[in-house]
Amino acid sequence: MRTAEGVEACLPIRSDMDLMWVRQHVRQAAARLGFGLVDRTKLVTAASELARNTLVHGGGGQMESARVTRGHLQGLRLAFSDRGPGIPDVDRTLSDGYTTGDGLGLGLGGARRLVHEFAIDSRPGAGTTVTVVSWALRPPHPREEM
Amino acid sequence: MTDEFPHLGKGHVPVLRLGDVLLVTLQGDLHDSTAEQLQQDIGETIARTRATGVVIDISGVEVVDSFLGRVLAEIAAQARLLAARTVVAGMRPAVAITLVELGLTLPGLRTALSTEEAMQLLARPGPDPRPGGTRPGSA
Repeated sequence: MRTAEGVEACLPIRSDMDLMWVRQHVRQAAARLGFGLVDRTKLVTAASELARNTLVHGGGGQMESARVTRGHLQGLRLAFSDRGPGIPDVDRTLSDGYTTGDGLGLGLGGARRLVHEFAIDSRPGAGTTVTVVSWALRPPHPREEM
Repeated sequence: MTDEFPHLGKGHVPVLRLGDVLLVTLQGDLHDSTAEQLQQDIGETIARTRATGVVIDISGVEVVDSFLGRVLAEIAAQARLLAARTVVAGMRPAVAITLVELGLTLPGLRTALSTEEAMQLLARPGPDPRPGGTRPGSA
């Protein structure tokens, strides 16, 4: 049985060093849940974009990582939260090319295309939480079938 | 726990000189400041050595996010201003798929499938090779 060991975690996002820990954690957790190489690469890249947003635009925050299941599917849910200024216009922020000046403006819209589920909860002045879920679509290894 | 993460940590990426070409090999996960330091090192090394080409081998890189993608594009743009051509070599297929979905196709960046092919590309005389994945021998 695949367990949530090494998957459930709460990581701080306070520096660009923390971005590396986020990427490493997501890479390991996705591998444990049976993600294929391409899906894992997409998820780690999305996590890197979102964690950087948390750091740069949210003034830092955290990432919570959890295993989710749907039927026989296993997935990884990542929630990036900050207590920053919030996003006044979420729709506009999700469009490609939108930028506040730093980077290429691909962060949110690009990250959304790399995951299966994507949700933003943002309140001006109270902060932003971006939650994403990706599913390990390959059948799990029989030996570790639940 | 840290035993699982051999590539984690701030590092310095060496810039090697092979004739007129500078060879940079990126491995594992890069700290942001390491990537920015590399950008600076490459510019200074081009100016000092009069190198005419830069090959950046990313075959050991599992993830290229928009930050690292932008640094690679800026290195190429900076090298061009210093009269040197840049080829990014060995991008993993999973990274290429991810970059396209991310919306980061890096149109100004020349690529090659391997360091060897990148060196051949830079050895060819004539105009700047076309960006966007020119292979040696292609028209």
